[in-house]
Amino acid sequence: MSKTPADLKYAKSHEWVKTLPDGTLLIGITDHAQAALGDLVFVETPKVGRKLAAGEACCVVESVKAASDVYAPVAGTVIETNDALGENPERVNDAPYDGGWLWKLQPDNVADVAGLLDADGYVATLS
Amino acid sequence: MTIAPPGPSRIMLKQTALHADHVRLGAKLVDFAGWDMPIQYASQLDEHHAVRQSAGMFDVAHMSAIDLHGTRTREFLRHLLANDVAKLKPTGTAPADAGIGVGKAPIDAGIGIGKAPIDAGIGIGKALYSCMLNPQAGVIDDLIVYFVTEDAFRLVVNAGTTDKDLAWIRQQAAAFAVDVRHRSDLGILAVQGPDARAKVDALLPSALRSATAALTPFSAAWSGDLFVGRTGYSGEDGYELILPHADLVALWGELLVAGVKPCGLGARDTLRLEAGMNLYGQDMDESVSPIECGLAWTVSFADADRDFMGRTALEAQRESAPRKAVSLVLEGRGVLRAHMPVRAANGAVGETTSGGYAPTMKGSIAMARMPGVAQGPYEVEVRGQWLPTREVKAPFVRHGKVLV
Repeated sequence: MSKTPADLKYAKSHEWVKTLPDGTLLIGITDHAQAALGDLVFVETPKVGRKLAAGEACCVVESVKAASDVYAPVAGTVIETNDALGENPERVNDAPYDGGWLWKLQPDNVADVAGLLDADGYVATLS
Repeated sequence: MTIAPPGPSRIMLKQTALHADHVRLGAKLVDFAGWDMPIQYASQLDEHHAVRQSAGMFDVAHMSAIDLHGTRTREFLRHLLANDVAKLKPTGTAPADAGIGVGKAPIDAGIGIGKAPIDAGIGIGKALYSCMLNPQAGVIDDLIVYFVTEDAFRLVVNAGTTDKDLAWIRQQAAAFAVDVRHRSDLGILAVQGPDARAKVDALLPSALRSATAALTPFSAAWSGDLFVGRTGYSGEDGYELILPHADLVALWGELLVAGVKPCGLGARDTLRLEAGMNLYGQDMDESVSPIECGLAWTVSFADADRDFMGRTALEAQRESAPRKAVSLVLEGRGVLRAHMPVRAANGAVGETTSGGYAPTMKGSIAMARMPGVAQGPYEVEVRGQWLPTREVKAPFVRHGKVLV
């Protein structure tokens, strides 16, 4: 059974969002998603400074099987990416909610996060 | 991201004898040519590395063994196949009664130690890889043919092509009075990797074990219906065993205990791609000749009098074929996949037929089909960007070593 931490928010398209103390957002893909993809071998994160619309495809995760788009859960500007994934994309498999984060976003509107799913709501979409 | 929903009901899919074992091991199952097959167990990468470094096993019982019998079988195969079974000489060690099939094997020729019947006739024969062509030299299938006795040969063909292969072979065989039997009573298990043969040998009846331990590459030994070919699809040493389904399940269990890693079709694909081996339906099909897909070495023109199927069409391609296969290594980061556009330095365009991450190389590789006139270097379009590649001579990896 995949893990879905209760303190995170989720998008139906399998991204998680963590609100950091400074109001910026950490974004990654869920445990369910990484398990479905299989071993990741390449991650292409969005460029720092890029403006993203909510729902925009902005990141590609490639497993041994296929390439998949990752979407921006809310609108904002990319302020940092997880450079460690360049050499170690398997971190997304090993620690999807921790060392496997993808990018940090300065949201256009912090309130947008409230419109995302909570853990129970996300799990409900999986059945 | 988008996750493909679970496929339609699996009820209609065929299952191998190991299906329950796959489910018990937590395999992810996919529809492969109408069979419900494991694509991976826990990690496709771990499975790949196990085969390169020690031993892995693959349920390939969806593939088919076809036995041919008749005094004109060799003559028939010299017509049917682009490679020449005249290369398959009798080894001279097989006793006259060491044929495969009904009535020749003691029923108790089990696979456990010490069960070898004293009177088991051990046979040994060479194997050959070949394409089976249509009159236009398109590849109907690629297969391995094993010499059993002068009037008996065994073919192993792909799963997705079994029905059309049987129809074609039976149609061609009639004129040679060759009996064609689909051995659906037998399953196939591939055990591959540097430790694979030792792991299997230890479980074979002693008489057969002596024969398999001495096998040269691309040959087989058998006792009754237990058939062991030193062949494979991984670029590593190993065996492909053909045996009754119940024995296959028992052997799988013993190999599991012996530490041989179950591997899915995902690892099978990355292993064969690194080994530079074509996949039927992807790198070749009936619209492509063996010369155009890198398999010219499997076509035997040596005997000018041998009138094999597709020869006339192939002769026209011997000097220059309309298309060719090229092997590519991606220079930077990213993953090449099948069906990506490829452009050559001289403007010729084509596409990748297979591509993927090569775990042993920690990079990405591809095979591409290009016009015969194409001159590299080649670039591949990945999500709108043209990425540089390096053309190499396959295989990319063999016996655990990166060669390019």
